[in-house]
Amino acid sequence: MSTESIAWPVPDAEPRPLVDQLHGWVTTVDHKRLGILYIVYALVFLLIGGLEATIMRIQLMRPHNDFVSPEVFNRMFTMHGTTMIFFVAMPLVFGFANYLIPLMIGARDMAFPRLNAFSFWMTAFGGLLLYFSFVGGDGLYGAGNAPDVGWFAYAPLTSQTFSQGHSTDFWILSLLVSGFGSVGTAINIIATILCMRCPGMTLRTMPLLAWMNLTMAGLVILAVSPLTAAQVMLLIDRYLGAHFFDTQAGGSAVIWMHFFWIFGHPEVYVLVIPAFAFASEIIPVFSRKAIFGYPVMVAATLCIGFIGMSVWAHHMFTVGMSAGANTFFVLSTMAIAVPTGIKIFNWLATMWGGQIQFKTPMLFCVAFLFQFLIAGLTGIMLSVAPFNWQLSGSYFVVAHFHYVIVGAILFNLFGAFYYWFPKMSGRMYNEALGKLHCWLFIIGFHLTFDFMHIPGILGMPRRIYTYEPGRGWEVWNVIVTIGVFFQAVSILIFAGNLIWSYFRGEFAGSDPWDAWTLEWSTTSPPPTYNFATLPEVKSRRPLWDLKHPEDPDWLYE
Amino acid sequence: MSAPSVTIPEAEIRWNLPARGPVGMYCLIAAETAIFTIFVVAYIFYIGKSISGPQPRDILHVPVFFTICLLSSSITIHFAVKSLRSGAVRTFSLWWLLTIVLGATFLGGTAQEWRHLIYDEGLTIQTNLFGTTYYSLVGLHAFHVTVGLLALATVSLLAVLGYIKQEHAERADVLSMYWHFVDAVWVVVFIVVYVVGR
Repeated sequence: MSTESIAWPVPDAEPRPLVDQLHGWVTTVDHKRLGILYIVYALVFLLIGGLEATIMRIQLMRPHNDFVSPEVFNRMFTMHGTTMIFFVAMPLVFGFANYLIPLMIGARDMAFPRLNAFSFWMTAFGGLLLYFSFVGGDGLYGAGNAPDVGWFAYAPLTSQTFSQGHSTDFWILSLLVSGFGSVGTAINIIATILCMRCPGMTLRTMPLLAWMNLTMAGLVILAVSPLTAAQVMLLIDRYLGAHFFDTQAGGSAVIWMHFFWIFGHPEVYVLVIPAFAFASEIIPVFSRKAIFGYPVMVAATLCIGFIGMSVWAHHMFTVGMSAGANTFFVLSTMAIAVPTGIKIFNWLATMWGGQIQFKTPMLFCVAFLFQFLIAGLTGIMLSVAPFNWQLSGSYFVVAHFHYVIVGAILFNLFGAFYYWFPKMSGRMYNEALGKLHCWLFIIGFHLTFDFMHIPGILGMPRRIYTYEPGRGWEVWNVIVTIGVFFQAVSILIFAGNLIWSYFRGEFAGSDPWDAWTLEWSTTSPPPTYNFATLPEVKSRRPLWDLKHPEDPDWLYE
Repeated sequence: MSAPSVTIPEAEIRWNLPARGPVGMYCLIAAETAIFTIFVVAYIFYIGKSISGPQPRDILHVPVFFTICLLSSSITIHFAVKSLRSGAVRTFSLWWLLTIVLGATFLGGTAQEWRHLIYDEGLTIQTNLFGTTYYSLVGLHAFHVTVGLLALATVSLLAVLGYIKQEHAERADVLSMYWHFVDAVWVVVFIVVYVVGR
């Protein structure tokens, strides 16, 4: 690659004034900067959401605790859930997608750079709107400030009668606004992948990360839009006195559940499929082998996307649906275990016989494999309707979905952080601190979420702010809370590692992992234009071909 | 590369990918379809569930003329884009303006219908489930027509100022895709509200 042809201004000797730099970040349309904005924004909210979880766990550590009032506890679980899904997990997924997709498919930017900036700022203002409720949510009634209706906000809790003041309106509007941002980004991702790939990169040779993010973006379009529609209906109910979810006037509370979970369940796949994408890039590189079964991985991803759209009502078995509906959703939920299982076997087969290097990203991905398996198994348990009738609404469910969201999605996100940190910052992270973070987080995660299943089986309902002593729940709640502190400490180590390495880390060079995808062919951090000359691709591992001209992949694919 | 026996076929070097404009618009249409689907499902779910009057069959009249206006605007915008492709900017402007007139007529029809329902029949969004779902679904569609009209009017303004040239045909085509979508949604809304729901 030659850079001579491009006249690039020599960096000034003294850095530009801070105001100039900030102005550059606010007005940027560069996919890399927007990706980093998404990620930093999400990390801030990760700390806030983590703080809310910690407050809840301190409250539940012993029976009859009065660390926070019941009203505050309700706000904490609502804000924790909403924050973590909409303002941590989604922005992290979008941030990595934004940063990586153009680099991995050999493009200079996303298809619609200005739409990209618009989407980010919509998401950002959505988050600010949600947290502004602490200040502005009181309204005229002296009612609660922050939203306290639970993250899925079942009717009729959200009606004017039961939710006075403006707290629920802040919740609706923030999700509406950030939803527009999500759909905008999803449109951008699809258009980028379909229209911007570099010469030679067909759909059969593009990286699995691109395939999985394509599926994710499709799911966002089909799943977030129904949520937007439902939020508009709720807003019409609350402000114009309509009766969509008003049972007094013949409306239905159950239809809100359907509308919410038509969004809510595909949302899980929106988050987990990009996590799969990270594993599919990291595991091959640290096993020194090409991914096993590329076409099957693509097929399994699409399969998860399709089936994922038709399992939503397994969140509603206790509502009392017809036997036919129950049967359908039991079977579709079980069916989705098949493509997911295929993926786990493919990752294992990729590692099989490879020269495995247990660097920090790989450690997180291996932990993900174990934890995701367990999360899937409790998922199959919960998919059985009679079993679900026993445990729905208990801490068993809370433990199950945190096993997916933390044990699978967050672990892979951490792996992605360590894997691409050298590319984004140009510097290596501290490996010892990274491993310490990983092991402390594994210990904390298992202390918290393994033992959380047990009070659930013993009948402890979710969302209660305290409980009676003598039900056998005390010791488990103590262990669960202790695990939270391990997690908190390890997250602080993670944040410290990123900040320290950003300023003091060793220079990484363009390709520290000896990897095979295009983002490693340009400098770290990449220049604004990404690639001086657009690369031409002939196989799934273009950098392997470049490094091993005597034995290129395209001879065999 | 030390594999001289393998030559890359010509077809691989020529590199054609779909244009990003239509792909983006198709994605937007998919998202909008999902939103409308939820509103249509709510409408169908609540047919006949109102616990007080008025009922649709008593007060709704089928808006045949305005439906014809909206649907024919799909044809006029098609001819507009076709003229722009062939470089006939003046013909394009006329067809485009006719599209706006037809769309605005439809919107006026909706306004008239709502006025009649509110003032003569006493049906508001608060009255019953029929009012709730009717005004929401028809209003959501009318909102999309309004957005489309604003976009069309912007293009018209640019055309009057002489900024629209033949090379903008692809962009006009992307906008026309949105307009066709708004018309197609009306077919569904029409069937659900005025045929099935009545």
